Amino acid sequence: MDVDVVVKDLCVHYGKVNALHKVNLAIENKEFLGVIGPNGGGKSTLLKTIVGLVEPTNGRIEIKEGLRLGYVPQFTSFEKSFPTTVEDVVLMGEAKQQQRWFYRTHESSYKKSEELMRFLNIYELRHRQIGQLSGGQMQKVLIARALMNDPDLIAMDEPTASIDAQTKMEIYNLLHELNEEKTIVIVSHEVESLMPYLDSVFCVNTTAHYYHRDETHLAKHLTEDMQNLHDELYPGCPVKIFKEHETIEKT
Amino acid sequence: MWNAIINYSFMQNALIAALLSSVVCGIIGTIIIEKQLVSMSGGIAHTSFGGIGLGYLLGIEPIIGGFAFAVMAAIAIVTIRRRANTYTDTLIGMFWSVGMALGILFITLTPGYPPDMTSYLFGDILTVSSTYLYLIMVLAVVIILVITGKFKIIKGYLFDEEYLVVLGINVRFYEYILFIMIAMAVVIMIKVVGIILVIALLTIPPAIAKLFSNRLERIMLVSILVGIVVSVLGLVFSYYFDIPSGATIIIVSVVSYVIAYLFKGRKEKVFSH
Repeated sequence: MDVDVVVKDLCVHYGKVNALHKVNLAIENKEFLGVIGPNGGGKSTLLKTIVGLVEPTNGRIEIKEGLRLGYVPQFTSFEKSFPTTVEDVVLMGEAKQQQRWFYRTHESSYKKSEELMRFLNIYELRHRQIGQLSGGQMQKVLIARALMNDPDLIAMDEPTASIDAQTKMEIYNLLHELNEEKTIVIVSHEVESLMPYLDSVFCVNTTAHYYHRDETHLAKHLTEDMQNLHDELYPGCPVKIFKEHETIEKT
Repeated sequence: MWNAIINYSFMQNALIAALLSSVVCGIIGTIIIEKQLVSMSGGIAHTSFGGIGLGYLLGIEPIIGGFAFAVMAAIAIVTIRRRANTYTDTLIGMFWSVGMALGILFITLTPGYPPDMTSYLFGDILTVSSTYLYLIMVLAVVIILVITGKFKIIKGYLFDEEYLVVLGINVRFYEYILFIMIAMAVVIMIKVVGIILVIALLTIPPAIAKLFSNRLERIMLVSILVGIVVSVLGLVFSYYFDIPSGATIIIVSVVSYVIAYLFKGRKEKVFSH
């Protein structure tokens, strides 16, 4: 099993609030993983800890050496009036190079950003200020930015929240295409429409449970609560709990 | 006026100070607005008052003390808010008042007649000394160099610092640089408009520029131009009518904002028909 990321006994506390408690997870290479769970259950915290935005209180995150991470934050978290254009945001993907003194964007970077914008169907919008974009368009801009430095794993936080159904499907299909080469971890509420694309589902509610679509027989290991939650979220979906991730623990 | 500029060195100093501060204000003011650091900048400005008082007490150039306090406040606010579970706003409030309190204490403790602090509180561009002029020249050059040299990454930081963290970039480094530059800008402004009025000159020109542009670099350039116009106009009015320069510059800025706002509204109306 080629594993990109291993999360071991991860605990994250915000002051006295337990956001995550002893979460274990292994993300396989080229897996399409959906992270789901109730509001305030720690989904976004888990994603942010994986990409390095939140420090674990306990436990650890192991990332395969040389693995490049791409991160697509919630597009609603941006100040839309910020004076920048689509193209500039996409080029921010190469922020590491932009740290050099008097950095000028290379021709090759412009070319690459153009390819990505064309791929995502936002090339026509490249000179628009970001405040003039729709939610779906902004989401694509953020995906393009994440793709700028050829990530091996793309972590996305609610990429389809408050986006119309058609654009949503467009984004899912796009991710499906990207998934041929890349690992994708997606935090989402939109379980039903997303389900056909996922390899596995990770349910986080402070503690965590890991399901895989391929096997069914381990469902009985779920506690009754989790079984109910699962049934509610994925009627008829086959599940599997990996033994090594079995950390069903009531808090 | 031109005669005065040619004949009196204090007028030349005033004009140079006005030009340099407009450049700095345009750049740093835009950053302050976009990163929503207005009250933070106010806190830094008021903390510097403590340093000015200390300067008098120790018999060194007060503005050097003010500069030291402003930089320390900037570094302290960034550091403490990361470590302690205190709201940034609360911290700023503490620095703000402690700075003023220290300033008053130090000045009271200074032997002899108490110095007139009005020029630091409300600005007096006509009394700019050459030491001060050299200091703001150096600071302005540093700010221009850092902003032009690191423009893209600073823009990235302003827009989405989380993303830079994910890429493994040392965001805190840029944060310190930025805050120290804000402290520098504040010190530059003290003689021009004074501690109490600093915020107005840092925010009004970019606010005017933002009415007409939605690119960061353009907003900076336009606010530099606006800054130059309002501070030179303020200087002229203050010279002819013998009124305080700092307050005059602020009033001119606000009036310009209102005119720009109305002009923009009218223009949009014309275009929408």
